[in-house]
Amino acid sequence: MSDVTLRADLGHWRGWLLDQAPGSRWQARLGRWYRAWLGFRRNGLAMTGFGVVLLLVGIAIFAPLIADREAATLQVLTQRLEPASWQHWFGTDELGRDIYARVVFGSRITLTIVALVSAIVVPVGLGIGLPAGYFGGMVDAVLMRITDIFLAFPRLVLALAFAAALGPGIENAVIAIALTTWPPYARLARAETLTRRRAEFIEAAELQGASHLRILLTQIVPLCLPSVIIRLTLDMAGIILTAAGLGFLGLGAQPPAPEWGAMVSSGRQVLLDQWWVATIPGMAIFITSVGFNLLGDGLRDVSDSRAG
Amino acid sequence: MNVAALATPSAHGWVRQIAGPVHRVLKVLFSVLLTFLGLTCVTFVIGRVIPIDPVLAIVGDKAPPDVYARVRAEIGLDLPLPVQYWRYLMKVLHGDFGNSVITSQPVLADLLHVFPATLELSLLALIIGVIFGVPIGVIAATHRGRWQDQVIRFGSLLGYSMPVFWLGLVGLLAFYAKLGWVEGPGRLDVGFDDIVPTVTGLIVVDSLIAGEHDVFVNALSHLVLPASILGYLSLAYVARMTRSFMLSQLRQEYVLAALAKGLSPFRVVWVHALGNAWVQLITVIALTFGSLLEGAVLTETVFAWPGLGLYMKNSLFNADLNAVLGGTMLVGVVYIGLNMLSDLLYPLVDPRARESS
Repeated sequence: MSDVTLRADLGHWRGWLLDQAPGSRWQARLGRWYRAWLGFRRNGLAMTGFGVVLLLVGIAIFAPLIADREAATLQVLTQRLEPASWQHWFGTDELGRDIYARVVFGSRITLTIVALVSAIVVPVGLGIGLPAGYFGGMVDAVLMRITDIFLAFPRLVLALAFAAALGPGIENAVIAIALTTWPPYARLARAETLTRRRAEFIEAAELQGASHLRILLTQIVPLCLPSVIIRLTLDMAGIILTAAGLGFLGLGAQPPAPEWGAMVSSGRQVLLDQWWVATIPGMAIFITSVGFNLLGDGLRDVSDSRAG
Repeated sequence: MNVAALATPSAHGWVRQIAGPVHRVLKVLFSVLLTFLGLTCVTFVIGRVIPIDPVLAIVGDKAPPDVYARVRAEIGLDLPLPVQYWRYLMKVLHGDFGNSVITSQPVLADLLHVFPATLELSLLALIIGVIFGVPIGVIAATHRGRWQDQVIRFGSLLGYSMPVFWLGLVGLLAFYAKLGWVEGPGRLDVGFDDIVPTVTGLIVVDSLIAGEHDVFVNALSHLVLPASILGYLSLAYVARMTRSFMLSQLRQEYVLAALAKGLSPFRVVWVHALGNAWVQLITVIALTFGSLLEGAVLTETVFAWPGLGLYMKNSLFNADLNAVLGGTMLVGVVYIGLNMLSDLLYPLVDPRARESS
């Protein structure tokens, strides 16, 4: 019986969300999100990617519940390089640490790097792209020249040079990656601003006396965000790969932190005899980056079909 | 962008014909110059940021203050920053990146010594990427939405999701250690070192020139695995871009017209449509080559390949900043050069870009 009411309830909500004549701004907005979700749900690969990313976030949040924090850094030298067993699901590494626990806790480092880079890149990209598109003229020329200069740099090599100068470590890896990731966001924000600059609702806001800052923040930023978010999702795999690459070269998180790239690197010495030490963390990087790419592709497809 | 509009309306004939391309070339050169200045600015700043005091590195921490001050003045650290930057820029323009701490040779000489190895690796990878990537992308486009397309899309997504250093290790494990199909890390087996005189620096080419068959086979056997792995990454990107360019070509009316005229679909796809898609592919290939140079840093570390990447990595861990910055500069310059090349080639292959915007 409760099942029936629940279904009726859901049907009610569905109708409310898909209402052709929404009664409020919120209803319209939620309805738009719901339609996008319906489109997204039909894309099997994108849903797989979404699942992988959700799983990763879940693992990172609940890491202490599903793995032993101690085991991630505890060195048991009598149990070095053991193959997979019931006690150590993925075996142990060259210092006798449990690889399963290290992979699980490594997800936190990876997600932290991704989150920090995003938190830097989006505001910087918007901060440079929005004024360039909005004011045009000299401001545009100068800001876009700077962007082009950074865009013309090879990413990993520049990140390498920065990390070398600032010293190894997670914070510096984040700064180095962010410095080489922001330019496309500035371009994107500029392009989005340009298409909206002459819109009537902007003029209306101007006539009402809104300041430039207010128009940028309340009118233009919300319109730029969807494409910025899609771009960010597509970029995340690249960020993860660059971070892992820096870690592999020894320029990311420092030992004994369980960073996936550094784990692959430390497993190199024993690759031929104990293959699992290097390959399992690499698998984690690979699956994560596939997940983000699938999710990003799916989001892009949804937004494209909405556009036309 | 609108080059034709910039030529004065009264200009006729050859003046108008020349003005467009000249303006375009000047514009490209100007942006290249700016980007190069930006690159030197960044490397200069990195050189300043580094927490090592270059004066202390020379005089040691027990030196009296006057010696410290003298050395500081000798290497020009007491000058204002713009002057220091100017001096740095002049040195770079003369190819002077300072000496490497490890090899105690000029960095430029080191770079020229190691670069051919990287070039060999990334060129073969690029060839693999283009030879396979373009046809695969075309097939995906002509079979849009069907299983071939799905497989190719997923396969290329796996390609650009792959941590290259990990794939390299797995490749070594499978094809070198377990199957024994290829040679292991390094460029040549020890016994084959220094047999072939250096002509191009590419051992595969040099051994052919010298007619040393054994060396050629050995070098190729070392090269094929790292190059295939790098090639797979570029293949993934090239295939994806080819697919999307081909899709936009196949939608055009000339395709329909050609088919209606009775041309074979094979010819229309592979000659007409692909011919037009090449124009856009040139830019993609140039960018791919740039990213291969980056991928080489990680691949070379895995395969102990004595190229630019390994050189930079080793310099990094010996605090050899001159070498690191020199390498960064070299990769940056190649990168900028590739961008410039694709900008300049574009109007040559696309008549429309020559005429107007």
